[in-house]
Amino acid sequence: MDITQFIQQLVNGLSLGAIYALIALGYTMVYGVLRFINFAHGDIYMLGAFFGLGLAPRMQRIFPGSHSIPGALAILIASMLLCAAIGVLIERLVYRPLRDRPRLTVLITAIGVSLFIQNVTQLLCGADPKAFPELIPVRAIEGLGDLTVLTSQATVILVTLILLFGLHFIVQKTKLGMAMRALSLNPTACLLVGVNNNTVISFTFALGSALAAAAGILVALDSPSIEPMMGNVPGIKAFVAAVLGGIGNIPGAALGGLIIGVTETLVVGYVSPAFRDAIAFAILILILLFKPDGLLGKSEREKV
Amino acid sequence: MSRTSGQVLVLAVLALGVLPFQQTWGAEAVIKVGEYASLSGGTASFGSASHKGTVLAVEEINAAGGVLGKQIQLITEDTQSKAGEASTAVRKLISQDKVVAILGEIASSRSLEAAPICQEAKIPMISPGSTNPKVTEVGDYIFRICFIDPFQGTVMAKFALDSLKVKNVAVLTDVKQDYSVGLAQFFREYLTAHGGVVAKEQSYSSGDKDFRAQLTSIKSSKPEAVFLPGYYNEVALIVKQAEQLGLKVPFLGGDGWDSSSLVEIGGQSMEGQYFSNHFSPEDNAPQIQSFVKNFQTKYNQTPDAMAALGYDSARFLADAIRRAGSTDPVKLRDALASTKNFGGVTGSITINAQRNATKSADILVIKGGKFKFMQTVAP
Repeated sequence: MDITQFIQQLVNGLSLGAIYALIALGYTMVYGVLRFINFAHGDIYMLGAFFGLGLAPRMQRIFPGSHSIPGALAILIASMLLCAAIGVLIERLVYRPLRDRPRLTVLITAIGVSLFIQNVTQLLCGADPKAFPELIPVRAIEGLGDLTVLTSQATVILVTLILLFGLHFIVQKTKLGMAMRALSLNPTACLLVGVNNNTVISFTFALGSALAAAAGILVALDSPSIEPMMGNVPGIKAFVAAVLGGIGNIPGAALGGLIIGVTETLVVGYVSPAFRDAIAFAILILILLFKPDGLLGKSEREKV
Repeated sequence: MSRTSGQVLVLAVLALGVLPFQQTWGAEAVIKVGEYASLSGGTASFGSASHKGTVLAVEEINAAGGVLGKQIQLITEDTQSKAGEASTAVRKLISQDKVVAILGEIASSRSLEAAPICQEAKIPMISPGSTNPKVTEVGDYIFRICFIDPFQGTVMAKFALDSLKVKNVAVLTDVKQDYSVGLAQFFREYLTAHGGVVAKEQSYSSGDKDFRAQLTSIKSSKPEAVFLPGYYNEVALIVKQAEQLGLKVPFLGGDGWDSSSLVEIGGQSMEGQYFSNHFSPEDNAPQIQSFVKNFQTKYNQTPDAMAALGYDSARFLADAIRRAGSTDPVKLRDALASTKNFGGVTGSITINAQRNATKSADILVIKGGKFKFMQTVAP
């Protein structure tokens, strides 16, 4: 086996996995606090990319020059804020009124929300794939010999790492983060000690949606073609990543995303591209059969 | 408002709603033609282009007095670029709208889905742009006005060997599209039969965004060119990612490349790549120039090959209805089958025994973000 080629595939896999990881965090956090899968999450990721597309020409007026780093950063942050607001809005308008209903009702509603977002986007922006502007200069980093690492791939990995540390800080060191952790353990007890559960849930949606928006922008930097249905497949794979890592577990989701991304790339490179989408589901089946709580999930018995 | 007057009002509204339908039932004042196209979803760029061409043709035919003294009414259904939607659309057009013939679709996979339904109902179907051979094999009511994959795959293999002088070519196929698999098969057959070698075979699925794994392994096989018979959206990303990975060889493709999105997304990396196509708006033939002009007036854009094929499909059908002298499905079918040298904007169309059009292909090269005409290859 050619070792350079193998390392090349690992790099390719890591930058893909970082995207899955960012989306998976949203699934896992919402599951943590509400015990339900927000299937509209993949579409928030798509919206993130579309906001970036819409914001790019406006930002260029504020930060002149086609490749300004502050401009790219401003687009990233603005798109994350917009998606955070949309995440909060969806929770407030759709999921909160259904909170005491059976989980199946909420789950089906989430699929409805997903289709709604896709179709509204398609109506407003058209179904054609759009070219995403090159926010940063995309080229191969020099001095690595035969290995090709693109600036866009490095950006994906770097920004993901920064966001992961930021998230870790928020969840572990802030009061809202502590409330999130507490809520995922016992919502009733949280209410009893005076936690405003609604605020915490809104915050969780905002956080997850912002990360999905970042993933959308990052993927568009690296593969500059976006369209309204682009959230479907990555959304499902990120969900599998969240289950693989142990749904509800934040480091687990990040790990799961990386594992799915790397496995997928290696399978495409060394076995057959035909298995690309199948591999995520094969992993899902295996994990559900042999370790249903996921790699980092704690097994907890439901008390009867 | 009293209850009875409310009921009367409801009845009146219902009656008004029904009236227009009764008029159309009363006298068949129009010839209904069905169309199914991907107006939304992944291949919407093709679907809406062919739809625009079809609409333009129908408008021109109607403005010139229609056919058999009747106006053509086009009824369009959107397949959303999804499997399963084409059959629903065609069933609706046949059973509910009672159309005399059906135009559609661009994508071979969806034409293959709808064709058996048209065949069973004995309603002639004309595909404007499905190039997979299997489409017209479904039965004697299925026609197409474009050339087929064996021709397009062969043309590109011939072009690679004779004009580009390359022997060692990698092939990258979209496994989800019958179209792509078909082109690749005939490219491979011609190439290997005439002294060429397939350096590496790889594949992807429509909708993928990351092709680096495949490209990394293609690069290590050191090909002189890559045959990439896919659709524009993935093609643009693939060629871009290939350039970034340092795989700098010519890419060759088929008519699936023909979209302005190709250059918008692929940018500089698309320069100097080649593909075969049905039509070039640069052709100076008066008929083509008048079509290009009318299309630009109506839609404010230059027609691409799919628009030209959509345009030809409607005119080809109108011509057959005129020659059949009726919309009777059997007579119409026979008239379609006996079409000879019909002057389309995509070339002269003669229907052969397999109900395929025999016509020539153009090879285009991308220069300065534009598709430049290079050469015509006859069958």
